[in-house]
Amino acid sequence: MSQAKAKPRKLPFFKRLARDISRHPALYVIFIVIMTYFVLFCYWPMYGNIIAFQKYKPLKGILGSKFVGFTNFEKFFTSYYFPRLVRNTLLISIYNLIFGFPFPIIFAILLNEVQRLSYKKVIQTITYLPHFISTMVICAMIVQFTNSKGFLTIFANSVSKHEGALITDPRYFRAIYVVSGIWQTFGWNSILYIAAMTGISPDLYEAATIDGANKFNQMLHVTLPGIKETIVIMLIMAIGRLMNVGWEKAFLLQNEATYETSDIISTYVYRKGFVDSDYSYSTAVNIFNSVINLILLTVANYVSRRMTESSLW
Amino acid sequence: MAKYINPIRATKGEKIFYHVNHIFMLVLCAITLYPMLYVIFASLSDPNEFAMVQGLLLKPAGFSTIGYRFVFRMSTIWLGYRNTLIYVFLGSAISMVLTILAAFMLSRREFMLKKISIGLIVFTMYFGGGMIPTFLVVSQLGLTKSIWGVMLPGALSVYNTIVLRTSFNAIPPALEESARIDGAGDMRILFNVVLPLSGAALATITLFYVVGNWGAWYNALVYLQDRRDLYPLQMFLREMLIEDKTTDAYMNSLSGSSANVHLIKEITKYSVIIVSTLPILLVYPFIQKYFVKGVMLGSIKE
Repeated sequence: MSQAKAKPRKLPFFKRLARDISRHPALYVIFIVIMTYFVLFCYWPMYGNIIAFQKYKPLKGILGSKFVGFTNFEKFFTSYYFPRLVRNTLLISIYNLIFGFPFPIIFAILLNEVQRLSYKKVIQTITYLPHFISTMVICAMIVQFTNSKGFLTIFANSVSKHEGALITDPRYFRAIYVVSGIWQTFGWNSILYIAAMTGISPDLYEAATIDGANKFNQMLHVTLPGIKETIVIMLIMAIGRLMNVGWEKAFLLQNEATYETSDIISTYVYRKGFVDSDYSYSTAVNIFNSVINLILLTVANYVSRRMTESSLW
Repeated sequence: MAKYINPIRATKGEKIFYHVNHIFMLVLCAITLYPMLYVIFASLSDPNEFAMVQGLLLKPAGFSTIGYRFVFRMSTIWLGYRNTLIYVFLGSAISMVLTILAAFMLSRREFMLKKISIGLIVFTMYFGGGMIPTFLVVSQLGLTKSIWGVMLPGALSVYNTIVLRTSFNAIPPALEESARIDGAGDMRILFNVVLPLSGAALATITLFYVVGNWGAWYNALVYLQDRRDLYPLQMFLREMLIEDKTTDAYMNSLSGSSANVHLIKEITKYSVIIVSTLPILLVYPFIQKYFVKGVMLGSIKE
């Protein structure tokens, strides 16, 4: 655009467009292909969200179905499930944040202190591994370990008064979800912190050593401040995703016995939509979730722009 | 960094720290690996002996390959493997074509609709259609109950497009200009200038899609409906391991035939996990660095 000189700017938009098309016909073919994809799979479904405000009948379609205003939303807000779903979604998220967020940072700081490069490489390769195993297999393993014959169940039952399988006990769902999540992601999530540490000047460590700082002091006063900005950005992004709990894992790990703690908004959306075929209601619940997500993300982004130089937009 | 400190000056306290740190890392690695090791041990165990085990396994309980022999006789596993390979190769190819085209279009400095295209594409990262509206559209397009319903929705990842565009943008404009002076059009520039210079980024994005398609199952769950013959491997894993259903004809034919069939089934579950994870585990050490690169590229903001 910056190349545009005074003369082309005087041309009306469609003249310029026609000239651009004749110069770059291929780009316009690509434009049509790509936009077709986005219209079909993103913008058309976005328009389909209208059914949240309707009593949608598949046979009548969106245009033929009756509008009912906010009835579906009211039904959700006054339902027995509303507080339970919000609580479950938020609690899993908050536990994930409190326990899952600091772990990769501590791991990265300690890994930074491993002197030998070959050790470092091996540790990284091992800790990144769970990231590459499919969610289905991860969940299958969790179910195998926590069912009535699983070694984790046997262990829990031998050290406490607990009886029965962990996977069907609603009190253990959040712990299983969060702990397995940390196991799966702490190595992978440390990548950006490790990258940020390579940017810290070695002079700072040298100066700290001369000033008599021991290892712990160095970690606290050199390494940690060096990655502070990365931490802040990651934290803000995590807060922005607070209501966006990973759907797949919750769906695969939950069972009717644990709905009390395991049923989150997205799994409820799935069940209402695909099991009960209550399309309008399910869409309304999903819109509620999206709006909350968007507000959280916007607030997080605003705070990020205020506190650091960086933001998502 | 620590390596700049003269090791001779390492104090006693520092030495202790290094040892403790190494032990901590060792424990962490052991904890990370143990669940996988347990599955390997269990898959090679003798069904009767494994049933007696209470707690951890440090080696297979007895030894038997019966779990694997069962897995290889299960038609659902073979079918799932075949379908998954189709989705991985064809699906990733479709995704790559779309991603390359989108990234190329967004990297053209002189393209008039560049700004509006970026806006329209990035917008979809924050706003979506939701499960049901997307399902209704895919149904209306007639993509349900076919492989296209599995591969097309979500084929183009905006994140990957942005990563690839960052790499395309890094190519010096002078190279393209000289090609243009030689009479090259946009497609020629794409194939002869841009793509040959983006090998690492293309490899990274391809691997993102391959690993993603390997593990994907949501589209299959929602759009395939009763077409079990098109199920990817992950869907059969779900039936067998998460829902604990026996849907395989071979497994069903054995039920009730001998007393320890249910014990063998238990071993078979672990063998299935290994058989379905092995391909990724084998290539993982070689592809790991590309993934790390992808994470870094994705974190660069423009």
